[in-house]
Amino acid sequence: METRKTIRKWFWVWDFEKEDDWLNEMAMNGWLLDDVGFSTYHFVRCEPGEYSVHTEMHPADESYISFMQETGAEYVGRMMMWVYFRKKVADGPFDLFSDIDSRITHLDRIGKMLSVVGGANLLIGLANIFSPSRLGWVNLLCATLLMYALGRIHGKKEALKRERQLHE
Amino acid sequence: MADVPALTEATYYILLSLHTPQHGYGIMQQAEALSRGRVRLAAGTLYGALNTLCEKGWIIQLPVDNNSRRKEYMLTQKGLEILKNEVRRLRELADNGEAILKGE
Repeated sequence: METRKTIRKWFWVWDFEKEDDWLNEMAMNGWLLDDVGFSTYHFVRCEPGEYSVHTEMHPADESYISFMQETGAEYVGRMMMWVYFRKKVADGPFDLFSDIDSRITHLDRIGKMLSVVGGANLLIGLANIFSPSRLGWVNLLCATLLMYALGRIHGKKEALKRERQLHE
Repeated sequence: MADVPALTEATYYILLSLHTPQHGYGIMQQAEALSRGRVRLAAGTLYGALNTLCEKGWIIQLPVDNNSRRKEYMLTQKGLEILKNEVRRLRELADNGEAILKGE
């Protein structure tokens, strides 16, 4: 029986919850996330349902990682600005967010990144549009996609804000 | 203290847990124990809240002891005042609820 496998899979940034669900589904099927790379996921065998896995956009600073480890979670790795953690189900419940406010803060963090990268692409695109290479179109295309992503993230945030008017 | 808004449940239990110095995981356990298992602070939520509360000066991070890498936090005088105000506000909410519902 194979004990390791690698899956290449792409998730759009607004689908980060689907990525989280997929990683947990893999763990339920006995495949535990062990390392990450650019749209690449490395898995090792585990007992089905032995672990719970989560990801969020967060700077992978030492202070955050050691805080998570203190609560019993293991640091799996980092892919660009996303950090991955896992925890044995037997060691207690594992979640990254437990209220609406912190979910909104997380979406704000993602939104800020999209605005910065999207804005940079827009500027570079506009600056190069009349240059002979015509590569400015690539940047403008990227900027459009990033702005679409920003809209999706903003929509999620508005939904949470509406919910917060009634409860935490 | 009309300028102090209602605290979230997470903030309330974090401040309450820090009446005595406590590290992150200790706060999670204490909030869960105090609420008889109802309030579970997730690690990411707690980390963000601790940073915000430090910035506001409601809690402070205690100097790190060399033998342990775990950071401990404690309530400040300002945090204590805010907590006391919140307890008063919550009592008013509960009293009004009971007065109108009269044990319904």
